[in-house]
Amino acid sequence: MLKLANPTRFMEYSGPLLRWLSVGAAVLFAVGLYMVFVTSPEDYQQGQTVKIMYIHVPAAWLAMMGYSMIAISSIGSLVWRHPLADVSAKAAAPIGAAFTALALITGSLWGKPMWGTYWQWDARMTSVLVLLFLYLGLIAIWNAIEEQSRAGRAAAILGLVGFVNVPIIKFSVDWWNTLHQGSSVMRLDGPTIHPDLLWPLLVMAVAFTLLFLALHLAAMRNEILRRRVESLRMNEVASAASGAAEVAE
Amino acid sequence: MLLDLGRHAAFIWLSYAAALMLVVGLIAWVELDRRRQRRLLAELEARGVRRRSEKHGARPAADRRKA
Repeated sequence: MLKLANPTRFMEYSGPLLRWLSVGAAVLFAVGLYMVFVTSPEDYQQGQTVKIMYIHVPAAWLAMMGYSMIAISSIGSLVWRHPLADVSAKAAAPIGAAFTALALITGSLWGKPMWGTYWQWDARMTSVLVLLFLYLGLIAIWNAIEEQSRAGRAAAILGLVGFVNVPIIKFSVDWWNTLHQGSSVMRLDGPTIHPDLLWPLLVMAVAFTLLFLALHLAAMRNEILRRRVESLRMNEVASAASGAAEVAE
Repeated sequence: MLLDLGRHAAFIWLSYAAALMLVVGLIAWVELDRRRQRRLLAELEARGVRRRSEKHGARPAADRRKA
């Protein structure tokens, strides 16, 4: 792990891993979509709209997982000042924001035919909307502060403080009386969904997770390249300045 | 019947269209960004700019990495 925690080593090892994650995601999406559209039955209450759940639920899980990754990276950034922790947090924010937006959009599209409304200000939906704003805040910090180490510290503080919202999202349906239904998969007494509906959901969830990890790894690699470009540009400017000083002497 | 999604089909298709747009958009974002950073790095290295660690006989990054 320590060997990997070096940007140059990370670039060497993450390339093959990225390919495996991409292939795994593509295969699982093919299997999952076949199960969703060909073999999985209707739900006795939701009818065919249960198919929206195969996107909505993984997107919501990954929205929370993405922010948890940012919180863990923020600890690495604040405590150990590790450059890869900064890179990881910065790379995860746009991907997490996109999955949060997808969870909100698909939730609304499911809510209209099932609840009769696209939106309710209930605890689950509102806390997920707050999560989207936290992601957007992190992206804004990274873009607003030019010096990456300062931006990293500010983003890490928001990343850690904002993490309080993740358990609120998870337990909002238990703590408050919400329109959103309670957990039916991640329960201490086991899932309450019929296996015919549960299996496509799990396959799609793993496919989306592999996709998320592949995108995160690819975005981290891009961020490392961006920092190398910045570093080389600074070296170029420094060389030009020292050359000019020697000529002046 | 296959793909007979009932009276709420529009909501289901819209959801899957949103997911497809998101996946394609994210893949395009990382791929275009990768190409841009590789191009900028290659331009700098072509001008002879090296990292400090590479100035004393170490191979340039372009030689070590795969495309």
